[in-house]
Amino acid sequence: MKKCEEISKGLIAYLEQRANPAERRDMEKHLAGCAACRTRAEEFRALWKVMEDVPAIEPSFGFDARVRQRVAAEPHRNWFGWFAPQARLALSAAMLVALTVWVTKLPQNNHHDVTATPVAVNPSTDQDFDAIKDLGVLENYDVLTKFDALSESSTTSAPQSDKAPQEEPSSND
Amino acid sequence: MARSDVQLMLDVKAGDEASFDFLLQKYRSPLVNFLNRMVRDTATAEDLAQEVFLRVYRARKQYTPSAKFTTWLFRIATNLALNSVRDNRHRRMGISLDAPANGEGSAPMELPAREKRIDEHMIERDRADVIRRAIGSLPEKQRAAVLLHKYEEMDYVEIAGILDCSEGALKSLLFRAYETLRVQLAPLVAQPAAHRGEEGRPS
Repeated sequence: MKKCEEISKGLIAYLEQRANPAERRDMEKHLAGCAACRTRAEEFRALWKVMEDVPAIEPSFGFDARVRQRVAAEPHRNWFGWFAPQARLALSAAMLVALTVWVTKLPQNNHHDVTATPVAVNPSTDQDFDAIKDLGVLENYDVLTKFDALSESSTTSAPQSDKAPQEEPSSND
Repeated sequence: MARSDVQLMLDVKAGDEASFDFLLQKYRSPLVNFLNRMVRDTATAEDLAQEVFLRVYRARKQYTPSAKFTTWLFRIATNLALNSVRDNRHRRMGISLDAPANGEGSAPMELPAREKRIDEHMIERDRADVIRRAIGSLPEKQRAAVLLHKYEEMDYVEIAGILDCSEGALKSLLFRAYETLRVQLAPLVAQPAAHRGEEGRPS
């Protein structure tokens, strides 16, 4: 005969008629010769009956409302939530495009200014040209200042250069 | 045709809030009762039951019907209850959280003399409270096993799944738990057994 400790683990399954045929035969054989286990089996059945005397409680009146409130407070992902990552991506892409356009547009503006500048600059350029067009004579400044013939010449050459009157004192030296 | 719990949960996953409400209506009472018997405090039990439903809702997108819905539901509830009981005990006793829990694997609970204990309780409290206290005095895992077995009428496979143990370990757990209750509640248990006489005994 199996020891009580060894076989008693199967006692509950036996009492609930969940034991397989072999386990049931072993248990019945054991119980037939063991008064202590028969008493235990009997008291287990009585215990389960006694345990039914504990009444069940009902959840409080506001239980459902509190659960719904807590569920409602959860962050919901609506249908447009599916687009959330795409929206971020689209925003980044849009910003990149805008930046690219701005960067590429910046040199074009400068170029436009450059192209526009000649219109405004042309008159001054012409004036400058007029101012310096006679300066070629300065290339021969040394020659001219040391050219004795000039000092002897009449002042009729003065209109050729604005410098000429300034050179006269030195020529006198 | 009524939808199964798994189908209801899959509908919740698909965004059907009404299915979640249906599950709430169906399981709020079993959960609150189970948790109340586990933590022995109605307000705490309700808070924990709310937390269970909230966790179910949060996990809806990841839900896959790999096990029975009730196994999943009561596993969440059991884990929350065990944590709550342990936290409360540590708070009450003012001991370190690192100290070993007085649960499975620890020294066996010392049982007081049966008549004296029951007499004291019978004088002060009613029968149901004595039973409730006896169940509440079981180590947490044994208590959970008994509650799921006796009150939720779950089979061994499901309870073992909830408690994350083998069926063999569960049978041992249940036997130890019922043996403790049989001793603690002996005066209550012996009375009906005595009335039945030899008829109730297995052959």
